[in-house]
Amino acid sequence: MSSRVDTRRWLIQRVSAMVLAVAVIVHLGVIIMATQNGLSAAEIVGRVQGNVGWMVFYIIFVVAAALHAPIGLRTVIREATGMQGRWPGFISGTIGVLMLIMGLQAVLRLYGV
Amino acid sequence: MADTLEVSVWRGGENGEYETYTVPSRESQTVLDIVTYIQRRLDPSLSYRFACRVGVCGSCAMTVNGKARWTCRTHARLVTENGKLEIGPLRNLPVVKDLATDMREFFDKWAKAEGNFKPTTTRHDEFATVKPSDKKRKQATAAIECIGCGVCYSSCDVVAWNKDYLGPAALNRAWTLINDVRDSGNDERLKAVAGDAGCHACHSTQMCQERCPKHLSPTASIAGLKRAATSALLKGKL
Amino acid sequence: MNQSVNSHRAHRAHATYWAFILHRLSGVALALFLPVHFYMLSMTVTDAARFDNFISWTEAPLVKLAEAGLVVLLALHLTGGLRLLALEFLPWRDWQKSAVALASGLSLIVGLVFLLNGI
Repeated sequence: MSSRVDTRRWLIQRVSAMVLAVAVIVHLGVIIMATQNGLSAAEIVGRVQGNVGWMVFYIIFVVAAALHAPIGLRTVIREATGMQGRWPGFISGTIGVLMLIMGLQAVLRLYGV
Repeated sequence: MADTLEVSVWRGGENGEYETYTVPSRESQTVLDIVTYIQRRLDPSLSYRFACRVGVCGSCAMTVNGKARWTCRTHARLVTENGKLEIGPLRNLPVVKDLATDMREFFDKWAKAEGNFKPTTTRHDEFATVKPSDKKRKQATAAIECIGCGVCYSSCDVVAWNKDYLGPAALNRAWTLINDVRDSGNDERLKAVAGDAGCHACHSTQMCQERCPKHLSPTASIAGLKRAATSALLKGKL
Repeated sequence: MNQSVNSHRAHRAHATYWAFILHRLSGVALALFLPVHFYMLSMTVTDAARFDNFISWTEAPLVKLAEAGLVVLLALHLTGGLRLLALEFLPWRDWQKSAVALASGLSLIVGLVFLLNGI
């Protein structure tokens, strides 16, 4: 209920949105180009393994998404269900943590040296 | 034989029904004229509000064919669909009776948003000089014409979904005061509006802007509040 | 007889309202999609054969359409979000409807590029 907490949450949402905007455009461009010749596990792994630059990019991407999505979901839960208190935040926060873990796992596996 | 209109009017409180009246269609007739005709000639038990009849007080705001409007400024022929009209009370407010709603929460939220001027000087001091071209004054001027009619509040989905949401009118007024250099209450005011029930709940659907009879944009004012809140947060003033 | 006061729904036929609805729906869809996406990516390393098996399934046209749909959702959410960021951080207002049109147009284009790319 504190205006400081709420404003900070709003700001994190907007800043992560800006990061994601750039990351998504880059990602879509890369994927469209990379899938020109079809998709396969070997192709993906061969293309990205050991590439530290892209690894850092995708770590930032995953962190931004894991911040942005839960904040959005929290609002949707509150408005769609009228749920009050800390529960919307807990539920969306859990989804966020899940996203972070799964995302970082995927990035480190794929791009890891 | 004169043309007639088939007018459905909400009767009752929160629980009630639409009743249909046949009303003569007249040249340059407004929706308020129609409601008045029904109450005076057909059914004196109909309750509704109006005052100035000329579009300056906002008392006659009702839901006409689904949209919140000032009924005194709504020409019937422009909104009638196939000779039919549906008139109901404003949305998002408790219904007292028929077309009259309980406006208390609307004004309570106005107060909660600190929508009242807090002076810094007295009558013994010099006038404040504020240039009309001053950036803050321009921003305040763009939002100042609100008469508190409730049309925006009634048109806002977030008001419907979040009972604590202060609403477009209250936040719009807070914005005019944030931009008023004579006001002393802005630190408190920002704290009052920069929350989940305040400016951050606005999703910019712009229904308020779309419906405002004075063509104001609470969305733009609320966006201004978001920026002001961020500024205050970064300066440690929140 | 008990009716609802709000029997007339037409009041929402308005471009920026739809922009909001699509932005919200695409956001929820993407939030649900991401864990699946991450799971699949992990699979390319942990179980390549299973991934390739899955990929051959994705060659099917119906799935290609679904993928394109996903890209459209992403583009929709992105362009809708950019519109919001502009609205909130830049104090303009009268061009928003054009921005909504632009946003939807771009989303469609991106989705189509993706779709055509896979054919």
